[in-house]
Amino acid sequence: MKPSALPSPTATGRPALEVEGLRVDLHTPSGTVRAVDGVGFGVHKGRTLALLGESGCGKSMTALSIAGLLDPVAEVTGGSVRVSGTELVGLGRAERRKLAGPVLSIVFQDALAALNPVQPVGRQLAEPFRIHRGLSRRQAAEKAVELMTRVGIPEPRLRARSYPHQFSGGMRQRLLIAMAVALDPDVLIADEPTTALDVTVQAQIMRLLRDLQTERDMALVLITHDLAVVARHADDVVVMYAGNVVEAGPVREVFSRPRHPYTRALLDSVPEHAVRGRPLPAVPGSPPELSAVPSGCVFQARCPLADDRCARERPALEPVGASRSAACHFSEELDRG
Amino acid sequence: MAENPGTPLLDVRGVTKSFGHGRRRLTAVDGVDIRVERGQTLGLVGESGCGKSTLARVVLGLERPDAGSVRFDGTDPFTLKGRELLAWRRRVQMVFQDPFASLNARMSAADLVGEPWRTHRDIVPTARERDRRVHELLSLVGLRESDAHRYPNEFSGGQRQRIGIARALALEPDLIVCDEPVSALDLSVQAQVLNVLSELRERLGVSYVFISHDLSVVRYVSDRVAVMYLGKVIEHGRADDVFDRPLHPYTAALMSSAPRLEVSGAAHDTEIPLRGEIPSPYGIPSGCRFRTRCWKSEPRCAETAPAAISREPAAHTGREPHEALCHFPLDG
Repeated sequence: MKPSALPSPTATGRPALEVEGLRVDLHTPSGTVRAVDGVGFGVHKGRTLALLGESGCGKSMTALSIAGLLDPVAEVTGGSVRVSGTELVGLGRAERRKLAGPVLSIVFQDALAALNPVQPVGRQLAEPFRIHRGLSRRQAAEKAVELMTRVGIPEPRLRARSYPHQFSGGMRQRLLIAMAVALDPDVLIADEPTTALDVTVQAQIMRLLRDLQTERDMALVLITHDLAVVARHADDVVVMYAGNVVEAGPVREVFSRPRHPYTRALLDSVPEHAVRGRPLPAVPGSPPELSAVPSGCVFQARCPLADDRCARERPALEPVGASRSAACHFSEELDRG
Repeated sequence: MAENPGTPLLDVRGVTKSFGHGRRRLTAVDGVDIRVERGQTLGLVGESGCGKSTLARVVLGLERPDAGSVRFDGTDPFTLKGRELLAWRRRVQMVFQDPFASLNARMSAADLVGEPWRTHRDIVPTARERDRRVHELLSLVGLRESDAHRYPNEFSGGQRQRIGIARALALEPDLIVCDEPVSALDLSVQAQVLNVLSELRERLGVSYVFISHDLSVVRYVSDRVAVMYLGKVIEHGRADDVFDRPLHPYTAALMSSAPRLEVSGAAHDTEIPLRGEIPSPYGIPSGCRFRTRCWKSEPRCAETAPAAISREPAAHTGREPHEALCHFPLDG
């Protein structure tokens, strides 16, 4: 078993979501590639964990496999996903559907694609109450209006009859969030929930997610490529690269003293503290294709510290300090500066 | 290449551009002034629908403004015709946002970079010269000579964006309009492309109009910044002045909403929450157009449109103005 992002010292009991050694393979016309390679972490109720990485690193694939929504070409080939103690890997479709909503739910990036374009939003929001709670049409409609009020849709009773395209991007994201939290799930996964939105609206949506999380005591998994979103909104972070976890731990510690060269490179690439006219410390190259992930350390080709050992031997994700882990042969050296 | 060294490279004054008719008339850009000095970068900031892309199209000569004037190196490009227009067009080029959509997949890197010369025939005359120049351009943006014969699908996002930049450089422009040039790129690659852009500025003296929603990127690349809201520039000034001491409440809210890297539990207290969303450009509020979302708004804001107020620039900044359209500017 690979070590996971260890539960933080403040949280007690069992995590609401526990992922261990998750492996996902993609069956492509040119062969099978591994998209997620032994990913593990745990999230407690009321806490927020960010899965951070660049495109193609496997963070969304991880989220989709947790939610059981993988594309048919992708397959979970190993590991375990437990939500509130229930094992999800290997569960049949019907059993999955029972859990989708009351136990685990997901908010997608593209709200327009995630909503049904030919059904009024009130009907869509009422659906979980009809299916899972067996409420009557009228009771469910009433619940839908309550939810719309809660997520800040103005004139909810009137707007319940509108179609998705009649809402702005920010309002659509609110509707999607409303639908996801309708049945008070233990775990909420948000896959790049604000990427498509303007910054002032982004801030509103993140605030809504946080408020709902506190109010309903949910474990929140935030999938993002945005370091600043992680810094502001997450308690713990899992940094992914080429399908692997390269570093994990509390955001505050990981961001102030990264123990993996990739994490450090990402932090250095943000122009926030850069001085105009001075070059940014850029990482050369780009992430490897999934079909060409090297056998040693996944980051070796772009790493300033890489040596022979990194080419030979893939570093395991080892504990570094009380609640952190990193997968680097040089994590000790990094800590010393 | 500068012919009139005394004048700014680009001087846009009171430019207005509307689309549609009657009740469906939309004023995308409303009386906007911007200036770009030679070798400088103007950052253009604003949320979707604020008019920044329409303004960019006016600067590129793709939209004729309804009112106002555009002067490029002292000349009004909209009065030019034929050869003169063609000669002007090569001086203003564009780098697009999406390097996956903006390159023809059936052309090699060399063809893509050299394609502008098919229109502007006087720039690179002989075939041999052409190859040499393509290699030179590729190496300027950090690609290899051997990349010349590869096709877009063989390149990563960052490399494609370098091809887009090389293509813009092929005509030796004075000004490049960059519309979100790094927002489609991964963070680790974004830094590489930003470095290429600033190196080119050093080496070739090219100026940029840099459009981006990412405030930390804009601050890093820009000498001056203009903030747009619903078709107007509501604040402009030296980048440091605008970022460190914003005058307009919208600028302040925008800065505070943009998540920052510093991990701090108190971050939420400094965030200025705005009410609601950007109004539809078909129903622009009376008076100050930001008043429907502003926490400082008073009856006066609905009655009269605010005039430009300016702040005394700090001593070291010389005489570069820092102005905003607001009745109740922030003290900073």
